[in-house]
Amino acid sequence: MSDKPLIEVRGLSYRYPRRGLVLDKVDFHLCQGERVALTGANGAGKTTLLHLLVGLKRAKSGEIIAFGEPRNDEKSFIDVRARAGFLFQDPDDQLFCPTVLEDVAFGPLNLGKSREEALQLAMDTLASLGMAGFEERITHQLSGGEKRMITLAAVLAMEPEVLLLDEPSNALDSNARQHLIDTLQTLPQAMIIISHDADFLAQLATREVTLENAKLNPLATGTGINVISAEHEHA
Amino acid sequence: MPQFLEHSGTSWKGQKVKHDLSVIDKLDPRLRVIMVTLFAFVTVLSENFFVLGVGVLVGLLLALLAQLNLKRTLRRVIAMDMFMIFLVILLPFTTPGEALFTVAGVSASKAGLLHALMILLKAHAVVLSLLALVGTLSATTLGHALAHLRVPDKLVHLLLFTVRYLDVIGQEYKRMRRAMQARAFVLRTDMHTWRSIGYLIGMLLVHSVERSERIMDAMKCRGYKGRFYLFDDMALGADDYRFMALFIPLLCILVGLNFL
Repeated sequence: MSDKPLIEVRGLSYRYPRRGLVLDKVDFHLCQGERVALTGANGAGKTTLLHLLVGLKRAKSGEIIAFGEPRNDEKSFIDVRARAGFLFQDPDDQLFCPTVLEDVAFGPLNLGKSREEALQLAMDTLASLGMAGFEERITHQLSGGEKRMITLAAVLAMEPEVLLLDEPSNALDSNARQHLIDTLQTLPQAMIIISHDADFLAQLATREVTLENAKLNPLATGTGINVISAEHEHA
Repeated sequence: MPQFLEHSGTSWKGQKVKHDLSVIDKLDPRLRVIMVTLFAFVTVLSENFFVLGVGVLVGLLLALLAQLNLKRTLRRVIAMDMFMIFLVILLPFTTPGEALFTVAGVSASKAGLLHALMILLKAHAVVLSLLALVGTLSATTLGHALAHLRVPDKLVHLLLFTVRYLDVIGQEYKRMRRAMQARAFVLRTDMHTWRSIGYLIGMLLVHSVERSERIMDAMKCRGYKGRFYLFDDMALGADDYRFMALFIPLLCILVGLNFL
């Protein structure tokens, strides 16, 4: 495990025209093997922070260093998006291809894989998530839980080094939610997880940070959610 | 909005016309699109009643071959007829020519009646063949077939995205509409109703724009660079050549009959 952070943020600020300052000189880092819970009230700017990390929004000031390089323009963020898989809040935003297979293969094809490679990768990813047999299904006819797993497959098919999960357990029933937790626990990637679901985070997160009044504060183990330590998790 | 309009307006899921599996389903989608286009041109450009009669028969035959569900097909054909009925009724009275009969002092011409009949035959021939050959494709397959036929990418994407998100937007509309009903909103002919419906449509537009922005973001996150990739290879098989061997001579005969 290298101690160099995968993603590092220094003095990041962001202001919405009407909402005012949502991030005020925020510092943050994500290391290999960590699963960081990002919590905070509705509208605190959690999603904004993730969007900034992959360049969907541009910071007013501050530095983003991802995978060892400073990132500041659209060009440099394209590489970040390929290496940091972003799972959106609403699966319907993410599943835009008519069939499941096309959707899962969309990422790998964009990364320049050949059709055969992309297809194989898509099938393997679906199989590894227990979603084999869904290849030809029509995306908008899936159930909420199925949509969530397919979006996860679509992100994982790009073989990312980091996962950014924006309220992944939203609107899932308890079975689908547990299936998601079990799946995420087996994944080796470092993660940032936005969630309001304390139990969900307790089962996954190795540490927690919380956004409050535009500042990002670490939460000591045991004060907030019941957090498992990274060492224990990787023993 | 009345119940039946809400249904047809928002609940279409990009599905094909209900039908049992048939010989038509074995044909290459591209071939079906091309053949039906040619057939439509041949019928529409003809001015010969015999040709048009044969055209309608061919349309019926295709519909039978495609095992179309009778009730649903009839409903669609009638929907088109409702569209044309005024034209058919008015045409005899507006076309000058030999008077056939008079209604309330206005005379109907024979030329107009024949013209109306001709339009009716053309429309039915084309609609039946379209429902049989293209209506039995799912919208997605149709999009892919068009893409393989080198129809501009933008149009194909427009079709595919429409298929994908029509239902999502429809759901959003229904959700808001239900929320309105839950607060005792009923349609009336007053300012309040107009304003509320205006808000509803406005919100639907705002939501759709925001959703499209999120979709664009999601696509960027997966490395989208302005290109889509299609998976299905479409290849012509023995059935396709057999169909062509029957259909192309038929089209030639139909064209030839015009000049007899």
